[in-house]
Amino acid sequence: MQTSASKRGGLPGFGLTMGYSVLYLSLVVLIPLSALLLNSTGLTWEKFWDVATDPRVLASYKVSFLTAAAAGLIDTVLGLLLAWVLVRYDFPGKGLFDAMIDLPFALPTAVAGVSLTAIYSQNGWIGSLFEPLGIRLAFSPIGITLALMFIGIPFVVRTVQPVLQDLDAEVEEAAATLGASRFRTFRKVVLPELLPPLLTGFALAFSRGIGEYGSVVFISGNMPMKTEIAPLLIMSKLEQFDYAGATAVALLLLLISFILMLLINSLQRRVRKTAR
Amino acid sequence: MAGSVPLASAKTPTARNRTTRSTGAAKWILIGAAVLVLTWLIVLPLAVVIIESLKKGLGVYVDAIRDPDAMSALKLTLLVAVVTVPLNTIFGVAAAWAITKFKFRGKQVLVTLIDLPFAVSPVIGGLIYVLVYGAHGWFGPWLQEHDLKVIFALPGIILATMFVTFPFVARELIPLMEDQGQQEEEAAVTLGARGFRIFWKVTLPNIKWGLLYGIILCNARAMGEFGAVSVVSGHIRGETNTLPLHVEILYNEYQFSASFAVASLLLLLALVTLLLKSWFTRKSQHHS
Repeated sequence: MQTSASKRGGLPGFGLTMGYSVLYLSLVVLIPLSALLLNSTGLTWEKFWDVATDPRVLASYKVSFLTAAAAGLIDTVLGLLLAWVLVRYDFPGKGLFDAMIDLPFALPTAVAGVSLTAIYSQNGWIGSLFEPLGIRLAFSPIGITLALMFIGIPFVVRTVQPVLQDLDAEVEEAAATLGASRFRTFRKVVLPELLPPLLTGFALAFSRGIGEYGSVVFISGNMPMKTEIAPLLIMSKLEQFDYAGATAVALLLLLISFILMLLINSLQRRVRKTAR
Repeated sequence: MAGSVPLASAKTPTARNRTTRSTGAAKWILIGAAVLVLTWLIVLPLAVVIIESLKKGLGVYVDAIRDPDAMSALKLTLLVAVVTVPLNTIFGVAAAWAITKFKFRGKQVLVTLIDLPFAVSPVIGGLIYVLVYGAHGWFGPWLQEHDLKVIFALPGIILATMFVTFPFVARELIPLMEDQGQQEEEAAVTLGARGFRIFWKVTLPNIKWGLLYGIILCNARAMGEFGAVSVVSGHIRGETNTLPLHVEILYNEYQFSASFAVASLLLLLALVTLLLKSWFTRKSQHHS
């Protein structure tokens, strides 16, 4: 790895910083992760297949996927609205508004979990409004979706916001001058530009939603086959000392996360390119 | 993927021509809708924590926080952050230096690997340490022979927290230092400055606010991590219980007011983080 400093632009410290980074990365991330991939629990193919096709496991994947996708979609629409208003308009309290968007990033997930459960349970502020209609919010897939919406919203806003800011106003003005209606301008000129960041924001929120644990366990009720999410299933298998089973569920989840990450990376590169 | 969006992207909006400015009505309808969404999604959960924590009066609130188990959870949480955040900060600075100041093969792969912990479910972040250091893990038998405990003890909690907060500082610094290039540092080399002095005198002043931003995000997550820590902690009250786990224990015991009282401490942490964040953002915009 180490070559003469002159070859690398003359700055010192390449060997030291690179060596330290790779060592630390290996110790904290790569070696522990490889324990999962190298299958230290003696997990056989049959066992893996048994676990992966177990109805309860399949149901947990379904719950995780559908709720994360629903939350991601709703966040994409609401996030676009929030980003739009933040970039395009001035109004009193805008600074505070902008700062509050990041609350889900900064708030510990367990706090979000207990708070959202209090809001949406039968006698909570919002839950009690829906109870007479026979709709249960907490302890149902709706509750999980609501929790994941909270966790995911900043991802969409913070991905769309900078692109919207950089968007060339002249193009829009030209479209308006040529007689395009405001809605048509938005649909034909603005939306195509925003599609990559919206997709990235959705993918980030979705990816986070699939792995999310803390904010969901309180509100989901954790009923097997109904409101049990995949990360919780890993947890309960661990509590029963079923390490091979936990590894099997985790491997599948990890694979999905990796694919999503690569997708997000290529999307983000595209967004950055158009932004420049 | 969790919780970090580069500071560098923030810019002041450009002034707009009248033709693209929405008419009054549309503007206020959209602003109204956005405020409603924000209040529902974000302000309401915040308000509920405060209201629920004070529901049974200030006495219950104070008792819940002064409870010995809560105090030991607070101490553990602070201890974990004090160990984790500096380690990840040193890594972040070193990695950003190597990645942004030099050309080498496999750079993109390295950047992707640094991001890995954000893509992985926190529960998996805990599980992998159980597979390495747990009783049935790689080093389990050896650790047991030497009477060392990692899982269900402090080292495990620290390791799991290091994993989930691993990318924060590096991720903040890499785009920032990439934008700044290396001319200033090269000039310093020409003038005869060396090594650490260049970083301290030339690089650090330029990245100060971004670095601080990365550190506070890392800290917020380190103090608030739940899933990964939950796997490795063993939930021993007064010993391996962090504040977020204490919130859960009280909640599951139906001590809701006490649970929300402890949660309000973590909410305070989040609000301080947001306050510092917007301060750093303003400073960095002023700077550039």
